[in-house]
Amino acid sequence: MTWLWLCVFTPALGGLALALVRSLRWAGWINLGVSTLSFSAALALAVQVAADGGFTRGGFVVDAFNVYLVVLTSFVALTTGIFSRPYMAHLCHEGRLTRRRMRLYHAMYQGFMFTMLLALTTDNLGILWIAVEGATLSTVLLVSLYRTPGAVEAAWKYFILCGVGIAMALFGTLLVYFAAQRVIPDPEAGLSWTHLHALAHQLQPGVMGVAFVFLLVGYGTKVGLVPLHNWLPDAHSEGPTPVSAVLSGLLLNVALYAVVRLKMLTDASLAGAGGAQLTGHLMMGFGLASFLVAGLFLHRQRDIKRLFSYSSIEHMGLMTFAFGIGGPLATFGALLHMLVHSLTKSAIFVTVGHAAHIAGTQSLARIRGLIHTQPGVGWGLLLGVAAIAGFPPFGLFTSEFLLLSATMDTWPWLAPTLLMGLAVAFAGLFRQIHPVVYGHAPEGQRAVTANMIPVGLHLLLVLVLGLYIPALLTQWLDQATRLIAGTGVL
Amino acid sequence: MNLTQLSLPEQAIFVLAALVLLVSFILLSQTRLTAAIHAFAWQGALVAVVAALVGWVGADAHLYLSAGLTLALKALLIPWMLHRLVRRLDMDAEREALVHPALVALTGTLLVVFAYWLVLPLERLAVTDTRNLLAISLATVLMGFWMLVVRAQAVAQVLGFMSIENGLFLGAVAATRGMPLVVELGVAFDVLVAMILFGVFFFQIRESIDSLDTDRLDRLAETEEEA
Repeated sequence: MTWLWLCVFTPALGGLALALVRSLRWAGWINLGVSTLSFSAALALAVQVAADGGFTRGGFVVDAFNVYLVVLTSFVALTTGIFSRPYMAHLCHEGRLTRRRMRLYHAMYQGFMFTMLLALTTDNLGILWIAVEGATLSTVLLVSLYRTPGAVEAAWKYFILCGVGIAMALFGTLLVYFAAQRVIPDPEAGLSWTHLHALAHQLQPGVMGVAFVFLLVGYGTKVGLVPLHNWLPDAHSEGPTPVSAVLSGLLLNVALYAVVRLKMLTDASLAGAGGAQLTGHLMMGFGLASFLVAGLFLHRQRDIKRLFSYSSIEHMGLMTFAFGIGGPLATFGALLHMLVHSLTKSAIFVTVGHAAHIAGTQSLARIRGLIHTQPGVGWGLLLGVAAIAGFPPFGLFTSEFLLLSATMDTWPWLAPTLLMGLAVAFAGLFRQIHPVVYGHAPEGQRAVTANMIPVGLHLLLVLVLGLYIPALLTQWLDQATRLIAGTGVL
Repeated sequence: MNLTQLSLPEQAIFVLAALVLLVSFILLSQTRLTAAIHAFAWQGALVAVVAALVGWVGADAHLYLSAGLTLALKALLIPWMLHRLVRRLDMDAEREALVHPALVALTGTLLVVFAYWLVLPLERLAVTDTRNLLAISLATVLMGFWMLVVRAQAVAQVLGFMSIENGLFLGAVAATRGMPLVVELGVAFDVLVAMILFGVFFFQIRESIDSLDTDRLDRLAETEEEA
């Protein structure tokens, strides 16, 4: 319990403290220190859960499903913090950001981490909603940090669309609470996920069905599901690079986590009424549409960050689809995919930040020959794209292979569509990135000081996960699969 | 449902809830900002009174607290902040041209019908009064969405956003006698922070496009092709 508190609330206190720190040097280091502390606590929590199993106490729930996401979130927060310290300081020296905005950045960065960790660990569906909305609120000002017309527009779109989406989710939460009142007399316990899960089969299926539609549309807006994805490429491409990395790598996962938790409730409620397929079909439909549409959109992107934002939509679509299929194999694959996609995508955004810095632009047409100018960044980008496209030695190959096998098992006629989607996305990425890495470097393009350690670390982890998944992780993912799908794969 | 069998406070709840919906229609078509902000304040006050009445009928003290919170936040603080912002941005007299006002209002009525249809599955739960209020609250939420679609003026969009919150709160009061207190406080906090951020954004948008007409925020459209 202590470790949980330390992990979740360190960023909150750190964010408040950072709002007061004037010195730029100190702010960067304090930011890093807070993230380190939070990550260490998350590791300790994971060790504890591995030893004693999960627990529900004091309004928090920790089980196999969320503990690995907590570790992942605090880990990416730490590595992105390592990258952001010199990167943001450099932007400030260049004059693109004022000191005040740097303070805002550091405070909001930790505030954002706090809301995500809270959303992942809270037992109360109402607080889950508040935390996800809080995650939007803490990042809108980060998206508009550069104050360019594009950034302001992206942030406004992000604010309004996600605000509207999340309002849908609140209505859904309300309906769940409505159904719960008939089953759980204690009003304070009516939104507790643990209580609801224990009694889910008694919840009114009619109400839960309507509720799930609202919840899926609401949280699905934040996952970036087509056709509710409009805000995502803008918000992820116009903000500073560290913000893009954490938005794409972490926030989307948190929103999907919320959808899956609520799907578990709805499935149990609908199972008695013979409509158990409703949630799965809805998620498969939205997921597959996102996966295919985003794959096609990859081909026509002109901005390198937008390219990878669409790739995020594509992968989130794939995961939603897999959770929709629902069997143990698909669930296991989707959980693994959440992990490896986060690691890879945040590494790619960090690399892209360096690439845009080298070329002085985000336009795909004008970033050329990275591998000649700065081999570290060029190779980082190439390997990152190979990983995200699902090349064999990397972890995404493993998870995508699992998802494909699961599809063949359950919906064989969808497997060709899935394969084709993967091929289209692969072609889209490589067609755009090949000249960026290998083309002729323009005259006078020079290397910059780049910190590739976070990227290397992330890609190494993804590579290791592709070759060998540690027994502990397999066991966790299997427990989470048991929790979500009923049976495990082991 | 027989209206005459209800007690006076219960009837009052229905009348006031209907007025909340009426204010949604006013918000939708009121193009003068100051008047729209006033209408929004009235909506907040009506929702607060409904909450207090529901609390009184059900002898539920915790609803008085939520009603007070809503009154303070939605009827006083947020309208006051909006008024101040509008004055500081020199937009008191600004009017927005609404395209096809009749069509907009007509679509609004369709949304109300849709809301009633959507809560039909809840009918079987045999709590008719709840169903009616739930439908009204959902209609208010949908009208808020619709307002975000048809109004391009940033302040009007914020009013739409906030009236969605009003609808949600009304729904919570109607269906479940409010949410647990922690959740209500959290939601109120989120709304307040959102309002402060909206204020910041008004200035950022004005600085970047010299207007608050969000239709002019069109640089990031997907159709944009650079040769």
